[in-house]
Amino acid sequence: MQINQSIPKVDGMGLVLGRPAFTDDLADDNALIVKILRSPHAYAEIMDIDSTVALKMPEVKCILTHSDVSDLLFSRAGQGYPEPSPYDHRILDKYVRYVGDAVAIVAGTSEQAVQMALKKIKVTYRVIEPVLDFEQAKTAKTKVHHEDGTHSMFPIGHDPTVNLSASYGMEIGAVEETLEACDVVYEGRYYTQPQCHAMTEPHTATAYYDFQDRLTIISATQTPFHVRRIVGKTLDIPLSKIRVIKPRIGGGYGGKQAIHGEFYVAMVTMITRRPSKIVYSRREVFESTYTRHQMRLDVKIGAMKDGTIKAIDMDVLSNTGAYGEHSLTVLMVAGAKTLPLYNKVEAVAFRGDVVYTNKTPAGAFRGYGAVQGNYALESAIDELADQLGIDPVSIRRKNMIAEQETSKIFEIMGEGKEGTAMMIESCKLDECLSVCLEKLNWNEKYPRRQQTDRKVRGVGIALAMQGSGIPYIDMASAILKLNDDGFFNLMVGATDLGTGSDTVLAQMAAETLGVPAEKIIVYSSDTDLTPFDTGAYASSTTYVSGHSVIVAAERMREEILRAGRRHFDSEDVTYDGMYLYCGTSTISLKDLSTLLYYSEHQEQLVTTGSYVGKKSPPPYMVGGAEVEVDTLTGEVTVLNYVAVVDCGMTINPNLAKIQVEGALVQSIGMTLYEDMKYTKSGQMINGSFMKYKVPTRMEIKNLDVSFVDSYEPSGPFGAKSVGEIGSDTPPAAISNAIKNALGIRLNRLPMTAENVWREIKKDKKS
Amino acid sequence: MEITMSINGTSYKTSIDSNELLVDTLRRLGFKSVKRGCDTTSCGICSVLVDGKLVPSCSFYSLRAEGKEILTVEGIQEEAREIGHYLTAEGAEQCGFCSPGLVMAVYAMQLELTAPSLEEVKHYLAGNMCRCSGFEGQHRGIMKYLEVATNAN
Repeated sequence: MQINQSIPKVDGMGLVLGRPAFTDDLADDNALIVKILRSPHAYAEIMDIDSTVALKMPEVKCILTHSDVSDLLFSRAGQGYPEPSPYDHRILDKYVRYVGDAVAIVAGTSEQAVQMALKKIKVTYRVIEPVLDFEQAKTAKTKVHHEDGTHSMFPIGHDPTVNLSASYGMEIGAVEETLEACDVVYEGRYYTQPQCHAMTEPHTATAYYDFQDRLTIISATQTPFHVRRIVGKTLDIPLSKIRVIKPRIGGGYGGKQAIHGEFYVAMVTMITRRPSKIVYSRREVFESTYTRHQMRLDVKIGAMKDGTIKAIDMDVLSNTGAYGEHSLTVLMVAGAKTLPLYNKVEAVAFRGDVVYTNKTPAGAFRGYGAVQGNYALESAIDELADQLGIDPVSIRRKNMIAEQETSKIFEIMGEGKEGTAMMIESCKLDECLSVCLEKLNWNEKYPRRQQTDRKVRGVGIALAMQGSGIPYIDMASAILKLNDDGFFNLMVGATDLGTGSDTVLAQMAAETLGVPAEKIIVYSSDTDLTPFDTGAYASSTTYVSGHSVIVAAERMREEILRAGRRHFDSEDVTYDGMYLYCGTSTISLKDLSTLLYYSEHQEQLVTTGSYVGKKSPPPYMVGGAEVEVDTLTGEVTVLNYVAVVDCGMTINPNLAKIQVEGALVQSIGMTLYEDMKYTKSGQMINGSFMKYKVPTRMEIKNLDVSFVDSYEPSGPFGAKSVGEIGSDTPPAAISNAIKNALGIRLNRLPMTAENVWREIKKDKKS
Repeated sequence: MEITMSINGTSYKTSIDSNELLVDTLRRLGFKSVKRGCDTTSCGICSVLVDGKLVPSCSFYSLRAEGKEILTVEGIQEEAREIGHYLTAEGAEQCGFCSPGLVMAVYAMQLELTAPSLEEVKHYLAGNMCRCSGFEGQHRGIMKYLEVATNAN
């Protein structure tokens, strides 16, 4: 039995032992060092770039500015084709649109020389008044993309004349009328901040020409096939001339879905014919890659006195920063992966605008809008319950989605276009809720307990859902190859970015073939060697790529039986993973495979499997927080965070647990500490690990993650996704716990000690 | 300038720039386990031992390594495998980028502390960042490892 087994990650020990496995470990020792000259201004037109002095340095081999590169517009988003994100980005542009935007590409033989060359390039800017406040963006005089020719591949509500990257709206039933007929209506406004991914390995890419003159890019990317497509199209290289290798990746969480350094090294290598590499500095990772979308969310919920929720209205303003990657889809997920939690409403509406500002671009980040939407919705549910005088558990039990139910939203809202209707075949929210309350000791602890004069404790909960890939878009494939001695290579395009997906996929192949997992040697990913996969995003790998592995493995079983029938010259052959049987004769798979390649009916057994999801079954979770608030300082400590998850069958319980624990801590960081701080002119002031507060092990007191028994009929061995669901509940659950502790609603993230202290002070005054 | 130092028990003579950092010298000499996560001594990923003391090599000038004994994960493979056994049993290494630095810190902790409690472990390892695991899995693995290691002594 290989499923539901906590086997160690296949690559784990090698990584612990420090074996060279990451992009920078694999780069040529003589690779040119590539660095980017970055804009000090939030918005400016480049009038002149003088590189003559820098070019005289013997170590400097190449300097590229906007006049040296193609002015093709494209999207770096790293999504499938055609992308639902606007084409609003150039490799290098005459305009720089945020502090940290690229001005010039410089390559040289040493780090020091390139650093010096960056200082010797003289740029004349015409500074333009930037748009920094996203709430003012639509009416701002400044247009972030004003004379651009930016466009979208299909209608996404893109209108750069009013700084709109994308917009969306839908309504089911008549929301206003339904709200009017409700006994109680709660209205609230919530704000979320930009958050940095802060993966430990900075964005890194290296390029070289191989012996056949093919451009090889090794990159820490979640989407090697999208990198090949987008780099090829943008630099006008036939895809057959590009090979993209994804080695081990030091964390991504969505931040490595997009294309960042790959263009730069590709161009430097094309021009100099020498290997090159770029390793982003920590500051660049903060300032010049991606953030989570900052949002303002207005929620209206109406209910009857008995607690029946009749209508929900959600209106979102999202900040995409200088470029619109993932602008539409993250917005839509804020509604699409929260509102169906309350599927019994008569009317529901969701609207949103995504605006451009002169800030670091926003992009994909674990949770992908659902975190922001969840914060607003699940806080609002508690507020509504409070108004109704009902407890927050009962109102959820009465209204939440259950098995064999559906929501019209599944059909109406997809990612960038209409969605896919589906019946929920696995949903153990009810049980998740019961277990969570019990573990939290809710009955005793709700709503608050005064610990000391200063310190008060409170508990809060939130429900969440996510998805499992994007139906009819996310495609995965796998190749299985039988070797002599009876072991297999499993080649997948799926992109293990440290999650353990290689291991989980090996377990699925092993289970199907009836062999131990160590007989499956996994390789991911390489556009020359592994079959297509859209990549590691949208919680798709276990569900979508997993299916493709099972298809390939089932076919391999058939192939092995076919070889067995030929060997025994009989139709009556069975196979159990170790041996093939025919009457009283047996042969081991090991012996059969060796015969196959050396002495008898020689033939390579190889199979492929492809899969595209036909639905996206949501994993569910209930998160419960117990917090202690120091009313003197405003400091909030999360004493205990209970997460009870329904992700279907857990293929590898340990790895599933770590996925949830890791996501919880990232999200607790967003809830309490993490914030990108800017000056009035748009410079980020805390772009280092010294100043940007990522949770350390000292802040984490206790996480209690468990899984309920669940089986998703459409899933591979009953599995649903688990990578993102852990991100969703902390903002709302902690906000609800603080409300229960203090009687004060924190409607703005992060809830730092300072912000909580201010709210306590305000509350005392009033 | 030229310096001589011992790396994992072998003497190396190498020429360095005066402002070169140890993380870069070690990587150039092929010790790729040493990784740079930041440049402000905040993440612990570049941790190595210099004369038995844990230091962030991103902020240690190579010239200060003159005559010193440097230890990286490449030099403690057997111990790293032991620690790794317990980390990987929990799945807590995740992306693995911070693992070599964490292993060095656990190794250094054992040189300094005897049978540390969970609170002491957290305190000792506070400077070792991890963005994937949420830390709890690391603690489960490390506490089991310490229990076995303590009993073995």
